[in-house]
Amino acid sequence: MSVARFWRKQQNRYNLIGTHCETCGRYFYPPRPFCPDCRRDGKIVEHKFKGTGKVITYSIIRSAGDQFKFLTPYPLAIIELDEGTRLTSHVICDIDKIQIGMRVRPVFRKLAEEGSSGAIFYGTKFVPA
Amino acid sequence: MREVAVIGVGCTKFGEKWESSFRNLFVEAGALALEDANLSGQKIDEIFVGNMSAGRFVEQEHIGALIADYAGLATENIPATRVEAACASGGLAFRQAYTAVASGMSDIVVAAGVEKMTDVDTEVTTDVLAAAADREWEGIAGITFPGLYAMIATQYMHKYGLTREQLAQVAVKNHENGALNPNAQFQKPITLETVMKSTLVADPLRLFDCSPVTDGASAVILAPLERAREFTDTPIKVLGCGQASSSIALHDRKDICTLDATVAAGNKAFQMAKVERKDIGFVEVHDCFTIAEICAIEDLGFCKKGEAGKLTEEGYTALGGKLPINPSGGLKACGHPVGATGVKQVYETVKQLRGDAGKRQLDADIGMTHNVGGTGATVVCHIFGRA
Repeated sequence: MSVARFWRKQQNRYNLIGTHCETCGRYFYPPRPFCPDCRRDGKIVEHKFKGTGKVITYSIIRSAGDQFKFLTPYPLAIIELDEGTRLTSHVICDIDKIQIGMRVRPVFRKLAEEGSSGAIFYGTKFVPA
Repeated sequence: MREVAVIGVGCTKFGEKWESSFRNLFVEAGALALEDANLSGQKIDEIFVGNMSAGRFVEQEHIGALIADYAGLATENIPATRVEAACASGGLAFRQAYTAVASGMSDIVVAAGVEKMTDVDTEVTTDVLAAAADREWEGIAGITFPGLYAMIATQYMHKYGLTREQLAQVAVKNHENGALNPNAQFQKPITLETVMKSTLVADPLRLFDCSPVTDGASAVILAPLERAREFTDTPIKVLGCGQASSSIALHDRKDICTLDATVAAGNKAFQMAKVERKDIGFVEVHDCFTIAEICAIEDLGFCKKGEAGKLTEEGYTALGGKLPINPSGGLKACGHPVGATGVKQVYETVKQLRGDAGKRQLDADIGMTHNVGGTGATVVCHIFGRA
């Protein structure tokens, strides 16, 4: 991933900034520039999420691609934020601890790095609340 | 719209084919299909080829022209188009070929699929396949494809009480079928214990829940039904065709356990074919992981949500069962060269309906294919019957 490609989404990833449709009230993280319910009638504004939520489903990744190999085995989950939107994230906890319904809160962590001389990408991950 | 028939089919053996290059694979499949249709290459009006990622697997783009060229058709100046929708690339190439013939735009059209996956390291393959998901918001979180389907399985087991053994039975059944298929990557039956004791890839999925990394190509030839008998005594008619999209990211699905694009594409295909679920003799479904076959059986409407595990355990989906699923061995035993799989499903269905399926032959009049891209962001279904 180029530096610009990551930098573009830096505010979103660092501070959990997504979007909100003022017409229907739906929240989006990852951010969406266009509301799928209201379409052209939607009014999209930025929204900073609290970051608390719960685990909807999970897996323990034991075999990963190059960038994430060093983390294995790691818990990966779909998390529903309290505002109602869902995202995918690494949950930093013991692999035996994660379960459906577990409450989580956000933390600032390294997401990935590109080799020993490439960029290091930071962003939001989750830990048990 | 004109009625359309498949008049010739060809498929390479699937496997880790270190001796075969990308271009040799599709030339082999194409030649077999032409021979089967008793057709010379100059008669081809158009070519569609499904391929997910030659750019990253073999550092080659511009696949349409390359295929036409190495099929010996460069001087014929035949239009050749690459179609990409991750693991549904092959099924979509077939749909494009079907619409080209049905519309009257072209008469003799090739739908091919090819993937050469073993020229890169496994970790690179894992990363290339991860691009079928949302790179910006799933990829950066460290997803893998087994991981995404594992999250479907975790939720499904929690919600419907599917057992680990029922999931393993999908793999056992597909290996049993694959053992009867000379083109399959794995032609050995396995036991429930083999699956249950295999190494964990992404909990709860183990190595034997996953389709393997595979090289292979498949090609089929379509023609207007009214001309089909010029080429073959056993044309197989395309009765229905449905394609649908859904969210690219799994986390955006309303129900994690339902591939809503499968529901939509299946319904479209059934409506067009004017047949009922009970009329279907067998289905080639997209079992990239064991849980995917469970979801497919339900989302295509063959049983209620939560019932497919029990049906699998009872032998309902076995070769001798009421509704055989994946008589070819599926992606699990045949292997899954991602761009080729959708066309291979058509190959298998045509072979079955012609009565050409050897030891795995079923007694069926109507067959169906179901090809999925990603975790269900693209799905394409076709229904076939004898002409």
